[in-house]
Amino acid sequence: MNAWTAADSPRGVDQQRLLVIDPKGSCSWSTMARKLPQLLDPGDLVVVNDAATVPASLPVHSPGGRSHELRLATTGGPAGWWAVLMGKGDWRQPTEQRPAPDLIGAGDQLALPDGTYATVVERSPRSPRLVSLDWGRPDPAVLRLLYAHGRPIQYSYLRRDLQIEEVQTSFGVRPWAVEMPSASRPLDWVALAALRQRGIELATLTHAAGLSATGDDALDAQLPLPERYRIPTATVTAVARTRARGGRVLAVGTTVVRALEGDAAQHGQLRGGEGQTSLIIGEGFTPRVVDGLLSGVHEPGTSHHRVVSAFAPADLVDHALQQAAHARMLVHEFGDATLVLPGVAQHGRIAA
Amino acid sequence: MQDLLPAALVTGASRGLGRALARRLAHRGHPVVLVARTPEPLDEAVQEIRAQGGTAHALVGDLGRPAHARAIAAQATTLVSRIGLLVHNASTLGPLPMPPLADTTPEDLAEVLEVNLLGPFRLTRALLGGLALGQGGTVLHISSDAAVEAYPGWGAYSVSKAALDHLSRVWASELHEAGVRVLSVDPGEMNTRMHADALPEADPAALADPDEVAAQILAILDDPARAPAGARVVAAQWEARA
Repeated sequence: MNAWTAADSPRGVDQQRLLVIDPKGSCSWSTMARKLPQLLDPGDLVVVNDAATVPASLPVHSPGGRSHELRLATTGGPAGWWAVLMGKGDWRQPTEQRPAPDLIGAGDQLALPDGTYATVVERSPRSPRLVSLDWGRPDPAVLRLLYAHGRPIQYSYLRRDLQIEEVQTSFGVRPWAVEMPSASRPLDWVALAALRQRGIELATLTHAAGLSATGDDALDAQLPLPERYRIPTATVTAVARTRARGGRVLAVGTTVVRALEGDAAQHGQLRGGEGQTSLIIGEGFTPRVVDGLLSGVHEPGTSHHRVVSAFAPADLVDHALQQAAHARMLVHEFGDATLVLPGVAQHGRIAA
Repeated sequence: MQDLLPAALVTGASRGLGRALARRLAHRGHPVVLVARTPEPLDEAVQEIRAQGGTAHALVGDLGRPAHARAIAAQATTLVSRIGLLVHNASTLGPLPMPPLADTTPEDLAEVLEVNLLGPFRLTRALLGGLALGQGGTVLHISSDAAVEAYPGWGAYSVSKAALDHLSRVWASELHEAGVRVLSVDPGEMNTRMHADALPEADPAALADPDEVAAQILAILDDPARAPAGARVVAAQWEARA
């Protein structure tokens, strides 16, 4: 099969291409991400994840005195902080090639360079390297530690390491994501203003976007882990309003799909508020809140690709991805984008 | 239950005008996050507000350090959920006694701009997701008459405040449609440590009480007709409400 290429450095909206898939019109084509606002209709609703990305990679010493990288896996919430311990090495090594970490268990301490430590509360049955941590202080104080000692989680396919500013979306504000909710990359403030001017509504939720790779195949296969979300009442009413006027609900990112559909699945309808979802979305899942998805370009076999498959028939997605591969569209966090939305083809000729 | 006043964040809140503003905002019912570099006077300011029944949180951070803006925004958002009123009050005069431009090093100028201009810019950006995605809010820049007048010896500070005023205007023009009111206020000469640092020989009795000025600034915030988005207003022209 085709070898997919990742974008090797952060890129702006004007460099980003957009693969458009219309399950209603059974067609797909590619355009520039800048055209996105023109592909939506007045009365549509765009729901974004306003999570800010925290510096989730921390240098720690295990009880045995060896240095490790600690990666936060999901942040905050009543269940506490889950994290993955990774063996020696740095971001230039693919996670799966890193040596195994020390085996740690309940009561063990993981120390930051200044001696502050977290205590392991429990080891997850999912993987020996996944642990829940108690930092012995309230959330704002934990954030203080993260920002003082942490760095953003890095990607081995990039040419250089990422700075904290580069892993923020334009509107990320609530420090819940351990990796960038990168589906929002086409939405800079120019695009947001264009949406507003076109009469397209915007709403937010917060989803604790979790770790994408743990270095443990068995654990990777179980991703995403249960993740925390918060859906404001204003967003619940915006969804209802959109439905009532016949507009479409576009989720920006699989995290937004997961929060909205997870909440609706749990309560029978979208209720909002704070919660945690373990919903896994894939082919055969019938979304009841979300009509379409803006995401990255995802190669077959990834969990994100499975989410895309819930919004369009497999043969249409396959065909679109072949087009994308042929056009050398870029995958991963800083790559190109995919829009799956029923009825979008009516704007195709304007925006292609 | 969410009909409470929006939470405010005030930088440079451990003394002077920042402290007075934080106290008055909290007294009105805004939850307030107080940001300052040094923990002790900051904790004292927070304790004072709490003793009067207000909601206040201490957040140690330095606007002059680029990495701190995201850290401040993250902690503030966790403490109070959303910042709806952002007051950029912290600023530095630069080296003391204040040298003429000819004796100001480029590094000194850069440091003043870092604290007085880039710091507010970074912090507004880091909090924009809670302000400009439909929720709305207010961003207030504390300026100075040195932003308009060219006083000898005030070079670095003047330049930073003139730029801050213009930053405020451009933000206002870009964020107005998103429901964010951005403005700047010249508080006038006040009896503060900063004023004493700048002009040690000035007679404190001839200077305004920062608490009075804070009351005038609250009146300005209440008066979007006379102080609309993009305005640069002079506090002394406002009557403080009783």
